[in-house]
Parts: sequence; structure tokens; C-alpha cells
Amino acid sequence: MVGLNTSDDAAVYRLNEHQALIQTVDFFTPMIDDPYLFGQIAAANALSDVYAMGGQPLLALNIVCFPDCLPPDVLAEILRGGADKVVEAGGIIAGGHTVRDDEPKYGLAVTGLVPPESIISNATARPGDRLILTKPLGTGIINNAIKADLLSTETVERAVLCMSALNKEASAAMQQHNASACTDITGFGLLGHAAELAEASQVSLEICFSDVPLLPEAMEMARMGIIPGGAYNNKEHLGDKVAFDKSLRPEEQMILFDPQTSGGLLIAVAEAMTDKLVAELTERDVQSAVIGRVLPAQNKLISVI
Amino acid sequence: MNHKVVDCRGLACPQPVINTKKALEEADVKTITTIVDNDVARQNVTLFARNAGHQVDEQQKDGFYYLTVTRSDVSPVAKQTNESNTQAPAVTTVPPGGPVYFITTNEFGQGSPDLGEVLMKSLFTTLVAMTPPPTALLFLNAGAYLTCEGTPVQEQLEKLYAAGTTVLTCGTCLEYYHLKERLLLGNISNMLEINTWLSGQHKVITIA
Repeated sequence: MVGLNTSDDAAVYRLNEHQALIQTVDFFTPMIDDPYLFGQIAAANALSDVYAMGGQPLLALNIVCFPDCLPPDVLAEILRGGADKVVEAGGIIAGGHTVRDDEPKYGLAVTGLVPPESIISNATARPGDRLILTKPLGTGIINNAIKADLLSTETVERAVLCMSALNKEASAAMQQHNASACTDITGFGLLGHAAELAEASQVSLEICFSDVPLLPEAMEMARMGIIPGGAYNNKEHLGDKVAFDKSLRPEEQMILFDPQTSGGLLIAVAEAMTDKLVAELTERDVQSAVIGRVLPAQNKLISVI
Repeated sequence: MNHKVVDCRGLACPQPVINTKKALEEADVKTITTIVDNDVARQNVTLFARNAGHQVDEQQKDGFYYLTVTRSDVSPVAKQTNESNTQAPAVTTVPPGGPVYFITTNEFGQGSPDLGEVLMKSLFTTLVAMTPPPTALLFLNAGAYLTCEGTPVQEQLEKLYAAGTTVLTCGTCLEYYHLKERLLLGNISNMLEINTWLSGQHKVITIA
């Protein structure tokens, strides 16, 4: 039902009239020292693709790369973090596979279920919809700044909390209020994933920079040039598909390309439903913001004002 | 030592920026040349240095980038003097651009608050018409209200910002007045950065 051609978050296969299978896999290297928290973040990130499709996680398999030189209890902590998140998501860890590697890596292959009529793809945004983002941006920049020890403890804690949070509540809220399209924000940054959604839906998007929520200190770090290489790659990849208002500074543009670890959902929803959805998200303790709107296709895929 | 070379070849981000920053913090360094071997580091070091108010010249040689950063408190004229080793008298040249405004209140002058607000609006309208525009506006204490939602000078501030004026608001003050979520434009700053502006070569005008 959903395959490679629309760059969506996960593959979807119809089993029967009432059930479709969602398959997705994601794993990466640690961005923080604490193995338990890293496990949680990697699992939240892998589960996110199921939530972005409007599904419910069912089974998960651990994917692990681990070096001989690290103590095995580090691995145990990573797995514990992952398992806790899968349980929180209402799924089951059914096994996994480990290979020896110089650098640790962890993630999950996740199987989810969704009723076929409830699938929320990235290809169904309609002109007039509003765009809602459910987590603040800046985790790539913050992770980069953590390496150089430039941040306050509060900022690091805030970022870790943000990365380890499941998109479960955001997904439930958008299903309840008939979201028209959704994608999750990860490695390609807000603009990269927004561009995929726009391309798949054959629309253009307008994003208002001042409405985009940012993690504390992320803008200060961007201004200082603590921007990960991935953000520059994302920018180059999109090229002139994005138009920026002249008043936006280089660091403000770059933060929108910042690759996100376990980012939030970008939801398109009819204008009339927007307030209700935002209220529902708030009710469910999800920090969200209306950051723009969907326009009929124009020569630029995205305009940032 | 006036010039320093910071070789960041082989270093991964964010180390080139950190090393450049450290080198610039040494009191007697006037210019530094940071050598980097990749485009990400080139862009990040340039972004950092320009945003800190320094001048950056870029050269490419043998596949490496040589980024020469001249500190904002050293004029290009003085730099050349140093390089040519002539015994010219030390001249403090005022850097280009308009003055720096240090604004510590949201009402201009002592007296009626209403009049204070009218005067502040009038000041900002005057600033918009100024050539060259102010180099920076530093907002401290109750001045922080002027960069946040509900400010009477939003229109003028937006024009100045678009014209390239640096707008900095004290982070401690935003937090104290619970304004952090309501900041409209510019960047959140700290005392270190504000003091760098106040003690720099620009003319500083205080609005209290």
C-alpha cells in the first residue's frame, strides 16, 4: 500500500480488509554517554515511523553492533533502555541480532499494525491544511554541542527528554482529529522531511520561522557555528527547492536543516480542525506548535517566511 | 604575539570552531588563521566568526581552507600596519557602521510612563532613518520588554533587524521577566557578549 516511491516513513502491506502491516527499521551510533538513555532514544526513534503512519507497534527486534572492548553491562543497559520504551509503546521485544563492531550501534526493526482506512501517509496533505510540529528542533546541534561540553545541564536534560519521548500521544491525537498527512522529523531535518511530504502530496508548504519551536540554547549554538555536517548535506540536497525570506539569517536557515534524532511528527490537518488538534496535543502533554500551512503547488516546494 | 595559526586539519566538528574561539580569546591575538580541510568546518568557523562581529577572509590552497579572522576590535588599517612592521603610531580607528545602543529601560527618560513610551517609539523611528544603521542594539533589564511580544517598537525593530543591525537581549533578564517564550526577534545573549560590545571600539550610547 505504501512503498519506496513516496519516500514515506515505513512500508505498509495490506493483510486483509481490517489489518495492514507496517514494517520499519532504524539504528544509529550513540550521541550521549549514558547507555540506558541511548537505548531509550534509539528505540523511540525506531518506533516513531510506526506512529507517523498512524499505526500501533506490535513486535520489535533488537539490532545491535557492539565492540569487545566495552563491558557487557553497557550493552545490557542499552537493551534495557530499548525494552522499556517498547513496553511503554505497548509492543513486545521478540528477539534480535548482535554483531561485533568497533563502534556500538543500536536500534530496532519494528512491526506495527494499522487498520487500512486509518493509514496516515505523507502523500495526502491538501492545500489549506495547517502544519503542526510536535517536538522542538535542534537535537543535532545540541548533540554536537554536547561533544564540546558547551551546554548547561538543564539544556542537556531537556534535549534527552525530548529525544526519548515516544510519538505515541501525538499519533493518537492526530488520528482522533483526522489529520490529512504526517511524517516524522529525523535525519533530513524539518525541511528535508517537509519537502518529501510536499513532493509526495504535490503541494507547496509555507513555514513561518518564528513559529518553529526550538530547544533551549540551540539557536545560540547555531550562531556559534556548532552545526553538524548533516545539516549542510540536507541543505545542499534540497538546493533551490526551498526559498527563504531575506530577513532570515544563515544560522536561522541552518537550524531548519538540522538532522533530528527521534524528532517530532509533522502533521498536516484541515484548518477547521487545527485548534482542536492543538488542544488535544496539549491535553496529552505534547508540546506542539502550528508552524505553517499547505499551499497549492508553486515553483518552490517550501517557502520559509 | 599578534598572529596565530590554528591548524584544524583532521579535526571533526565542532572542534575547529572551539579551537578558533579559544585562540581569539587570548588577549594579545589580533588575527588568526584557521586551517580546515572540509567544507562543513569552513562554513561553521566563518559563521561563528562573523556572528561574533569579526571579519573573515577566505583562501583556498592545496585543497585546504585558510580562514583569516581579524578581531572586531582591530581595524584593517591597524592590521596592515602590524604586518608591514612599520613604526606607525598606534591609531585607534573607529570601525565602520553606526553606534551601539545599550538600552536598559522600556521607557525613555524619567517621568510619566506614557510619555516614556512615546519617546522610546520616537527614538526607534529616528534610528530606522539613521545612516549607517546602528551596528547593534543591546537590551538589558526592562529593556528586554522592547524585543518581546507587545513591544511598542516592533515595526521599527523589524526594519532595523532587516537592515543588518545585531539585536541582542539579555537572557537572564528574559528569564526574570518570564519573557523568554515571547521574544520576537534577534538573539538571546549573556553578559560576556554584551560586555564585549560595550568595551569594544564602537561608540556606545546608553538609553536608561
